[in-house]
Amino acid sequence: MSAMIINDLVFVAVAGFTLLSALGMVLSRNLVHSALALILTFLGVAALFFNLGAVFLGLVQILVYAGAIAVLIIFAIMLVMHGDPAQTNRFNPSLGTHLAGAYVAALLTMALSLSIWFSELPQVKGKTVEDAAGMLAQLFMGNYVIAFEAAAVLLLVAVVGAIILARGANQS
Amino acid sequence: METIFIDIAEFLTSWMVGLGLAPLWADLIITILQWAVIVLIITVNTIVLVWMERKVSGFIQERIGPNRLGPFGAFQTIADTLKLLTKEDIVPARADKLIFKTAPMFFIIVSVMLYAVLPLGNNMAVVNLNVGLFYFISLGSLSTICLLMAGWGSNNKWSLVGAMRSVAQMISYEIPLAFSLLGVVMIAGSLNLSDIVTAQNRLWFIILQPVAFIVYFIAATAELNRGPFDMPEAEQELTAGAYTEYTGMRWALFFLAEYTNLVAVSALAATLFFGGGQGPLLPSWLWIIIKTYLIMLVFMWMKWTFPRIRMDHLLSFSWKVLIPVSLANILVTGAGLELFRWMGW
Repeated sequence: MSAMIINDLVFVAVAGFTLLSALGMVLSRNLVHSALALILTFLGVAALFFNLGAVFLGLVQILVYAGAIAVLIIFAIMLVMHGDPAQTNRFNPSLGTHLAGAYVAALLTMALSLSIWFSELPQVKGKTVEDAAGMLAQLFMGNYVIAFEAAAVLLLVAVVGAIILARGANQS
Repeated sequence: METIFIDIAEFLTSWMVGLGLAPLWADLIITILQWAVIVLIITVNTIVLVWMERKVSGFIQERIGPNRLGPFGAFQTIADTLKLLTKEDIVPARADKLIFKTAPMFFIIVSVMLYAVLPLGNNMAVVNLNVGLFYFISLGSLSTICLLMAGWGSNNKWSLVGAMRSVAQMISYEIPLAFSLLGVVMIAGSLNLSDIVTAQNRLWFIILQPVAFIVYFIAATAELNRGPFDMPEAEQELTAGAYTEYTGMRWALFFLAEYTNLVAVSALAATLFFGGGQGPLLPSWLWIIIKTYLIMLVFMWMKWTFPRIRMDHLLSFSWKVLIPVSLANILVTGAGLELFRWMGW
């Protein structure tokens, strides 16, 4: 058995794991279970990044999504939840929501496949990148430094704004 | 002596290839063996550490500590482990059973995975990852969720308050922890742990980055939920925090994971600030064990010397002291690096 086939098998296993946990997130009746399944999905996506050789991106995925954002989601759920947790994520039976959901899903699928179809994917065609973190750092601090810093300031403003909204501006 | 473990691995590989196994499978078996050895190291370390913790705390509190079972009470931990293994496994009736049961498993898995990139000697990391330090930080962030799962799944107010506290604490202290390590990364110019060890050939980074080490040490204590920052399981007010409802082996897994994290964090400190496996006479893998144990002794010393800090003080200490200090450290390090470059070093 060659390394290529093993690579494919790993991909199938990881992709299957990701899809199963995504299904678990959607189908679970308990909102906390859904959030935890979402973490598993994030980890599966990170594993896909590893499988493609983008170790740095995979680790960012784990740190930001599975480590930080997931905790925020669980906190938000715990703060607003009341009553029986097993009945928090029930299906909405109306036809309108089904149609709207199908529409958004179709739109997302189309956007994703079009962007994949029309992008040139130079890294896939060229040789593998050894020092991805270094290259990303060069791009962030070189060519795209203004966009990078603007995004950072924007996030900071959002955080400060959220604190002011939560606590009120006039409190000492 | 220096390359004894690498020699064993190479001998096993060539022996398996000689038996007619494809090199790929031989490598796979070696990797599995390496993980088995790591689990063995963790288990043995925990047995030693629990005994050490008791002896150190006894010494600090002017007691004798365990002294009945074996020489200096050394077999006490083994007896305790047997007791834990035979205890009844209680799952509360109103608990969220799936989360309750999987939380300790995920916690120990995350802790063991930290060891993948640690160089336990020269050329002795399981994976020589070129973003190894970043791997360590991002994997470490996952243990937050495991504690939250334990607290939520128990369906008990003390558990939940303990879990909430530990999450608030771990999120706050993750930031200074990562920032303190940036100074080291800037000087070494690499995220690869083996490269960082090599960069300390002439001078250990503890001398170049003393502020970073102090920030790292404090933040790591908080990340480990160890005293004086063990508010999440403050016995007097929270019974046992997130672990209140756990019994027997499930509780022991949490305990095991905590000591596993302690060893990993101390080994990382030895690697980043104390030259890793570098040292005279003794082989590198022995040096890293000695350094790790010395650092863990300081952790224990701190735990049994200082009283607990109040929760709000703890959080404002991170946000108002440690983060500004570590940011200033990054600034000074960058300026210093440019200065040395300008002077032509």
